Amino acid sequence: MLPKWLRVERIVWLAFASALALSGHAFAESTQSNTSVFSPASTPAAQEFQLGLFVFSITAAIFVVVGGLLTYVVIRYRARPGDEQSEPPQVYGSNQVELAWTVIPVLIVVVLFLTTARVIFAIQDAPKPDSALEVTVVGHQYWWEFRYPKQGIDAVNEIHVPLSSADHPAPTYLKLLSADTDHSFWVPRLSGKTDLIPNHPNDLWIEPMQPGLYLGQCAQFCGVQHANMLLRVYVDTPEQFAAWAANQAKPGVQDSSVAAGRHVFETQACMNCHTVKGTAATGRFGPDLTHIMSRDTIASGMIPNTQDNLKAWIKNPDTFKPGCLMPAMQLTDEQIDQVTSYLETLK
Amino acid sequence: MADSTLPIHGSLDLTPPQEREQNLIEILHSWVITVDHKKLGLLYMIMAIFFLLVAGLEAILIRIQLVVPDNHFVSPATFNRLFTMHGTTMVFLVGMPLVFAWGNYIIPLQIGARDMAFPRLNSFSFWLTFLGGVLLYYSFIGGPGLYGTGSAPDITWWAYAPLTLKAFSPGNAPDYWALALLTTGFGTLGGAINIIATVVSMRCKGMTLMRMPLFCWLLFVDAALILVTITPLTAAQVMLLIDRYLGGHFFDTQAGGSAVIWMHFFWIFGHPEVYVLVFPAFAIASEVIPVFSRKAIFGYPAMVAASVGIAFVSLGVWAHHMFTVGMTSAGNAFFVLSTMLVGIPTGIKIFNWLATMWGGRIRFATPMLFCTAFLFQFLIAGLTGIILSTGAWDWQLHNSYFVPAHFHYVLIGAIVFNVFAGIYYWYPKATGRMMSETLGKWHFWLFLIGFHVTFDTMHFVGFEGMPRWIYTYPADRGWQHLNLVISIGGLIQAVAILVFAWNLISSLFIGKKAGNDPWDAWTLEWITPSPPPVYNFATEPVVHSRRPLWDLKHPEDPDWKYD
Amino acid sequence: MSAIPLIPGGAEQEWHLPSRGRVGMYCLIIGETAIFTIFVVAYVFYIGKSLYGPTPQILEVPILNTICLLSSSVTIWLSERAIERGNMRGFGLWWAITIALGAIFLFGTGMEWYRLIYHDGLTISTNLFGTTFYSLVGLHATHVIVGLIMLTTVLIFTATGHVRAEHSERIQVLALYWHFVDAVWVVVFTVVYIVGR
Repeated sequence: MLPKWLRVERIVWLAFASALALSGHAFAESTQSNTSVFSPASTPAAQEFQLGLFVFSITAAIFVVVGGLLTYVVIRYRARPGDEQSEPPQVYGSNQVELAWTVIPVLIVVVLFLTTARVIFAIQDAPKPDSALEVTVVGHQYWWEFRYPKQGIDAVNEIHVPLSSADHPAPTYLKLLSADTDHSFWVPRLSGKTDLIPNHPNDLWIEPMQPGLYLGQCAQFCGVQHANMLLRVYVDTPEQFAAWAANQAKPGVQDSSVAAGRHVFETQACMNCHTVKGTAATGRFGPDLTHIMSRDTIASGMIPNTQDNLKAWIKNPDTFKPGCLMPAMQLTDEQIDQVTSYLETLK
Repeated sequence: MADSTLPIHGSLDLTPPQEREQNLIEILHSWVITVDHKKLGLLYMIMAIFFLLVAGLEAILIRIQLVVPDNHFVSPATFNRLFTMHGTTMVFLVGMPLVFAWGNYIIPLQIGARDMAFPRLNSFSFWLTFLGGVLLYYSFIGGPGLYGTGSAPDITWWAYAPLTLKAFSPGNAPDYWALALLTTGFGTLGGAINIIATVVSMRCKGMTLMRMPLFCWLLFVDAALILVTITPLTAAQVMLLIDRYLGGHFFDTQAGGSAVIWMHFFWIFGHPEVYVLVFPAFAIASEVIPVFSRKAIFGYPAMVAASVGIAFVSLGVWAHHMFTVGMTSAGNAFFVLSTMLVGIPTGIKIFNWLATMWGGRIRFATPMLFCTAFLFQFLIAGLTGIILSTGAWDWQLHNSYFVPAHFHYVLIGAIVFNVFAGIYYWYPKATGRMMSETLGKWHFWLFLIGFHVTFDTMHFVGFEGMPRWIYTYPADRGWQHLNLVISIGGLIQAVAILVFAWNLISSLFIGKKAGNDPWDAWTLEWITPSPPPVYNFATEPVVHSRRPLWDLKHPEDPDWKYD
Repeated sequence: MSAIPLIPGGAEQEWHLPSRGRVGMYCLIIGETAIFTIFVVAYVFYIGKSLYGPTPQILEVPILNTICLLSSSVTIWLSERAIERGNMRGFGLWWAITIALGAIFLFGTGMEWYRLIYHDGLTISTNLFGTTFYSLVGLHATHVIVGLIMLTTVLIFTATGHVRAEHSERIQVLALYWHFVDAVWVVVFTVVYIVGR
């Protein structure tokens, strides 16, 4: 028959072991996610991750030492039967001990601080190479505008950037602005986040080393649809990027077969908010629709760009994104079909 | 029953309590008009527990919405109100009232005083605080709001500009936020002034500052910190109202104003505020751990110095909440350093508590169970804080779920756990009855498990890139498994709280009668009857050491020989 | 039962603690200082940042107002000394002069604001300068008003004979508040009319 205290201990050990196993599983799972901070694919993200590992190893060591001491104290010095008869020796303090456990943390702080400062300066003050691509990001409630001034491109929500490599570095430097409230640009695998604050331009750079699609989203509460201000970053090979950029720089396709839809677009107030390059539609409040069909998603990464979704969105954006700033324009079903056909020509 | 050894008869109420007939109205009336620090302390505690349950319910609703991706349990607008009110309630209607619950009830008893320095200010402060709470919750039904019924604040508890300006919040949500918190803020200021004046001016004979219980020291430093912490928020909220109603431009970026300056002002309040909230937890630990380890606190002067040090350094770390807003690299580096430095006196406190337990004979009654968990959890919370303080890594972790994981570890893992410890410890003094140890242990283990299931997991969903303040998330992110686990832990905690509530109330009627000193403790409050008479002490005590009752119980080995 | 920890032979040392009223007032002053600091920081931060509208050049240095307000600190100090010595007539006289000087300050501020609003077109909503100026100076003026209300209340109670020499300590606590208001004016004056112009 085991003593009572050992049984409780077993339960505690079992709980601790399961917690450890669960954490391990959670950790493993988190490294698979496309938004994991533990799988950097870009230079600044990798540097930040290294720092993260370093600080984790130090804090883990501190936890093992202090937590271990606590565990020891809790077991070794618990009251045993008969202890109520007398009090233990009273120890009021020790100056040497206080000094020791002040000096050691100070040393740890010095090491941690210097390491951190080095990474901060390396990332924030990195000199911009001439080969860098420049993109101006403007945050809106609840979508992203990307201007490539040198290429004459106005992209929306889905941003394409070129792949970078050791012999052909091609970082992308983002200038971050806001048209309304605070936002934050966060694509974890590419970089830590930086905020978009009105009247306060910020800078961020990424240097992706692996092609592919990277996901992120706004990370500073900006209003009712903050949750659906999603980001899609396509890291292209140089050829892919050149092709994409060339297409984006073109004005809108003019297809006479969808004249009815274009008429709806231009008379039902769509052009008050939206731009289609090369037409009379020059609205700036909403996203540029010149190349809407070149995007995989609409509503800022929320829903796939399909005909049905487009129609449903135009009919009433609130069905997907209640509270977003695009109103339902009360179009008839025929008008919606026509304007969708028009949009589908804007490749 | 008044003390029969008193020198002056007839000047004190000798009527046995059970003979004084009082109907319900008279009893309620006496609570409403009271200026007695004990009753006001209990009123603050009742208010805090009430709002803890309300904000806890808000949290449960949040967790239900997030349990699966693309959920439609509540609308986005409602969700945003829920998390704003959850945070605002927990900080201002639970955390701050708790400071004054503990301060008001315990300090006069521990320093041998009859009451606080300003009893009427005390009452005024409480009712202002309560009024602020009522005003904040009235927002759910008052006013039309823009996106649904009611105008409850939906701007996060930080209320960043320019989202809070009229252009982006045309309803009254920010106004309820600002006005309710201005009201509670004035109550808080009154309470802080009272604590400081009491500690400075009302200590009994022989109780020098360095003989005062650490509990009083910590609340004293806390109150001093409040004076320069709440007031920047007051100023910023006045500026916000000027912008919203008088056409001001403090935070109006269209007129050249700065959104960043709101952030600075808010966090100049916001960071010291979290130390304001945690100091009572330190205070409770500094009483419970020595008594249940049967040893004096290790390093009393160091503990005092560390507390003062924390208060001072905490005033210089605020922009670690702003590492991502585009400060210069030098600015970022400065705040990395200051934040790491505040970890040092904090660590010293943990070491001193540990050293107090070392060589002791630890009794694991319910208060000590909670304090032991506090030590482990506060250690982890401090370490995740260090992780967040490394600016560049914080660029990844900021505004991810790693941050709420860290601060709930402090707020619940440290503060709420020690509040429970304090309630189990002083409930016998306040009511004359013990709480049930059995229910206490059920409460503890359930709450411990629920807490860890939720908040350990939350760190990982932050690592997976889940940001804060989102009412839903797409299925392709892979966050649903961890969110499910987090939500389950919330339900376990809710059950634990119900057990606690039952224990709290039922013990009033069926709890074992407690004497003056059920824990064999050493500070002055344990000399009074349980509950203490309204005048606390029949004559003013005189003390000669930090543990007056130890001296009485151990005349052969009194503390004043070692001071 | 009564276990009051008395050492036999009782140590009858001096046990003097500071007056709680004084401590309380110092605490209030510290809190108020923090509020004013934030408004001063906002003012300084926004110097030169207004995109349009009148600039601080339109401000005229309020010499007379400042002399009146700062003198009122001297007169209140004289009234404190008077009540300490039991001279109630002197106390009442200097107290009334303090109130008068404070009222002149307020009136002068009102005249200045009238001119700024109607003559120079500067309101709180005009630009950053207007917002920060009226907020900071207005916050100070509000504290002057509150102070004057309290001082006048005391004057009335003095006239009815309710204030006596034994209230000297309380009078000094209240005077502390007035001194604080004057000290704040020194800072506001320097920041707004000297540094900021």
